[in-house]
Amino acid sequence: MPDGESLRLSPLDEQHRALRARMVPFAGWSMPLQFAGILEEHRAVRNQVGLFDVSHMGRLYVSGHDAAGLVSRAGTYDARRLEPGQGHCSLLCQEDGGILDDFYAYRLAPDRFLVVGNSVNADRDREQVRGLLKPQMGARLQDRQESSVMLALQGPRAVETLARVVGPEAAQGLPRRRCTETQWQGEALFVSRTGYTGENGFELVTAVEPGRALWEKLVAAGVQPCGLGARDTLRLEAALPLYGNDIDTTTNPWEAGLGWVVTLDDGADFVGRAAVEAARAQVERHLACLMALGPGIMRSGCVILQGGEQVGRVTSGGYSPTLEASIGMGYLPSPLAAEGTNVEVEVRGKRLPARVVPRPFYRRPATLSSSQKPATS
Amino acid sequence: MAVPPELRYSKEHEWVRVEGGVATVGITDHAQEQLGDLVYLDLPKVATAVHQFEKLGEIESVKAVSDIFSPVGGEVTERNEEAVKAPELVNQDPYGRGWLVRLTLSDASEVDKLLTAEQYEELVAQERAE
Repeated sequence: MPDGESLRLSPLDEQHRALRARMVPFAGWSMPLQFAGILEEHRAVRNQVGLFDVSHMGRLYVSGHDAAGLVSRAGTYDARRLEPGQGHCSLLCQEDGGILDDFYAYRLAPDRFLVVGNSVNADRDREQVRGLLKPQMGARLQDRQESSVMLALQGPRAVETLARVVGPEAAQGLPRRRCTETQWQGEALFVSRTGYTGENGFELVTAVEPGRALWEKLVAAGVQPCGLGARDTLRLEAALPLYGNDIDTTTNPWEAGLGWVVTLDDGADFVGRAAVEAARAQVERHLACLMALGPGIMRSGCVILQGGEQVGRVTSGGYSPTLEASIGMGYLPSPLAAEGTNVEVEVRGKRLPARVVPRPFYRRPATLSSSQKPATS
Repeated sequence: MAVPPELRYSKEHEWVRVEGGVATVGITDHAQEQLGDLVYLDLPKVATAVHQFEKLGEIESVKAVSDIFSPVGGEVTERNEEAVKAPELVNQDPYGRGWLVRLTLSDASEVDKLLTAEQYEELVAQERAE
């Protein structure tokens, strides 16, 4: 494991240490694993509100008159469809259709986008986008992974908390997957109604100094600081794929259940389109959600069996604090990926009975406000 | 980090309390802190014979799984069913309500191979320095 000196530090490193976070190496960064404890942080996000430092995520600003063309070429979702203030998930693919990263494209203005990708892939995302850049696009790239802070404020009380700390104009009336820019301490603050927890909430980007102040103000307002541990249990309950576990260069969007982020119907010409289109007709396996029926915890890498034969492997697995049982995801041959299929998962030499259940494992309770309606993806 | 002086400790971060030929075994405060929130215990059945420093069971936190090794040999007479149902007891009270199993000691001299509280504190300090 690399030592502290070779790791990149979050702009909030000092704040994390002041809160006595347990720091771990993650994708070349030193990031908090936990503050109060994974279960407490998980429950805070499900019941109240939690705050994550996600400054390790890649942040690439693309601007210029054909910025939309460039972002569309780079990913499976046709970003030209986005209106200013809209965001959408997309996939960066290889020519053979393998997934290089999943990213979120936000259209800030007709000629300006923010592209947020996984920290582990930030370098190759940037190189791929740069490689697609043509002089006639008049597009510019600005990498702000190191010069800004990114936070995720997540939970049923996220709206009222952001309204209280930053102001009502930043928080209220922003529908899901929408984004806006406002002011915070004299600097631009990007606010989007997105997240990776299955809860209502926001992702926020601002410059380093105001970002530190925002973190401190939110924590002082009673928001629970959360680490990577809770981020993982929350996203697993929401059945959101994790790059490197559930999707990678050997998986295609269809089998991963990510067909909704692929645009094929309007001639969008993204890298890997031919292969992705061809793969659609021959999907043989699906990413299934598994719930353990007995004690024991499935983890990534565990073999999935049926009738004693290996039928797949767990790609993400762990303990669900909400369901109080082990849950996981893994690719199964399509006939076995149907709800109700019984399988076994080999956990440290023992066979744990499990069942294919509907995706996601957890869906937040419906609210009366239409703007908080869950995405129909 | 609590290290009660009356207990003996293994290098694998288990503790043992010996009272009249019966050994109560658990994991240390340092161990529970390192593991984080515990969610699953796999303990041996009553009447299982275990040997010193051999695998006793498994303990699993949200993030990771670890083997538990028996600090002494003997026969399991009792397992803490309360902790099996609510593993967070091990986090909350590792030397009290969060004990794991009781054993009848097969060889009382095995206790001499274990660390004293002072030696165990040194071990933890060394591990932290690494």
